[in-house]
Amino acid sequence: MLRVDVTKQLGDFSLQAAFESQGRVTGLFGASGAGKSSLINMIAGLLRPDRGIIALDGEVLDDTSAGIHIPPHRRRIGYVFQDARLFPHLDVRQNLDYGRRMNKLAQDPAQQKRVTDLLDIGHQLDRRPGQLSGGERQRVALGRALLSKPRLLLMDEPLGSLDEGRKIEILPYLVRLRDEGIPMVYVSHDAAELRQLATQIVMLKQGRVTALGGVKVLT
Amino acid sequence: MFEISPAEWTAILLSLRVAIIATLVATPFGIALAWLLARYNFWGKSVLDALVHLPLVLPPVVTGYLLLLTFGRRGLVGAWLADNLGIVFAFRWTGAALACGVMSFPLLVRPIRLSIEAIDRRLEQAASTLGAAPWRVFATVTLPLALPGILAGMVLGFAKAIGEFGATITFVSNIPGETQTISSAIYSLIQTPDGDTAAGRLVLISIVIAMSALIASEWFARRATQRLHGN
Repeated sequence: MLRVDVTKQLGDFSLQAAFESQGRVTGLFGASGAGKSSLINMIAGLLRPDRGIIALDGEVLDDTSAGIHIPPHRRRIGYVFQDARLFPHLDVRQNLDYGRRMNKLAQDPAQQKRVTDLLDIGHQLDRRPGQLSGGERQRVALGRALLSKPRLLLMDEPLGSLDEGRKIEILPYLVRLRDEGIPMVYVSHDAAELRQLATQIVMLKQGRVTALGGVKVLT
Repeated sequence: MFEISPAEWTAILLSLRVAIIATLVATPFGIALAWLLARYNFWGKSVLDALVHLPLVLPPVVTGYLLLLTFGRRGLVGAWLADNLGIVFAFRWTGAALACGVMSFPLLVRPIRLSIEAIDRRLEQAASTLGAAPWRVFATVTLPLALPGILAGMVLGFAKAIGEFGATITFVSNIPGETQTISSAIYSLIQTPDGDTAAGRLVLISIVIAMSALIASEWFARRATQRLHGN
C-alpha cells in the first residue's frame, strides 16, 4: 500500500496532495502542470517534500516531522521516465543489467530472459541506445527498471514522447507488465490510456487532488 | 643534422618524465576540482576559479618565484615537507614536475569541467533510482561520460607541461640531467656560439610533440560528442 500526504512549494506553484492507494496500478491523472511529475519524483525520492509523509507497505520513506528521508537508491522503487534516460555509454545488455549490479543481486538469467522476451528486446542486446528507435528505447527502459526488482514501479508518461503508432506498439507491453503483478504508479494526461491500465485513479488539478476512486472518475 | 646527442636525449627523456608525472599527479586533483566547480555553488567559488586560472595569466617567472618561496628548502611548505616527509622539490626534477603541474593545471581542469557540465544530470537521477549510491553514480555514469573530456584535458595539460619554461627555470634552475628540460636545453643552446643545429633539432621535436598532443586532444573531443549521443 502506498500512502502519500505531502506539501511542496515550487516557485509560484504549490502542491498539496494526499491519497492512499491499494490498487495494483494507481493512475495519476491531470493536465500538464498539475503537479504529477513533482508528486512522482517525491515518491521516487528525487524531490523532498516540504512537509509530509510518504510510506510504502508500512515503511516510511519520507517523514519530515521525524527528519526521515530515504535516498532514492535505497528505496527499491523503479522509475520509467518519459525520455527513457538510457545510459548512452552502455549497450542495451549493460543498461538492463545496471540495476542488478547496483543492488548487488545475484545473476538471474531466467528472469532476464523472461523480461527481454516480454518486451521483445532480446535481439537488441548488443546495440547502443543511440541506435534504437524511440519505442525500442522505451521498452529497454521498462526492462531496465523491471530487472532492478523494484517493489513499486513508477511510470512518468512512458508513452508521452511517442507518436500514435509507437503508443499502440508499447501499450500491450504495459498491459502485460500490469498483469505481472508489480504495483505501479502510472502518470498520464491521457484518460484513454489510464482506462486501459489503471485500477485506481488519483486526479490532480493545479496541485490539488480533486478526485479519487476507480477508473469511472475519469468520465 | 638528425643525430641526437646523449645530452639532448637526456633533456628529451627528462621532459617526458616531468610532463608525464606532472599530468598523472595533477589529474585526480583536476577531476575533483572540475567536479566541484561544475556542480556546486559555494562561498568563494569565483575566487577558487580565479586561483586555478592564475598560472595562465601570471608571468611564469612570478609563478616560479612563488613556488620557490613556498616549496624551496626554506619555504613554508618546502621546509616542512623536507623535514617530515623527506620530499625535496628545490633544484630537483620533482620540482620541475611541480612547476609544470601548476602551470598546466588550468588547461587540465577546463575540458574536464566542460565535459562534466555537459552531462545530462537526469541520467544520474535514473542511476540512483536503479539503486546506485552517489559514489557509484559518479563511478559508473559521471566519470565514464566525462572520460573523453578527462583525456582531452590530460593531453592538453601534458602538452603545456612539456613546453613549460619560465616557472620551471625560476624554481629549479637549469641543471643538465636533473632539471634541464627540452625548453631550458634550447635556451642554453641558443646562447652557445654553435648551438643552432642542436637547438633546431630540439625545436623540431617540441613541434612534433605539441602537434601530436593537439591532434589527440581534437580526436578525444570528437569521441566525447559521439559518446554523449550514444552511437
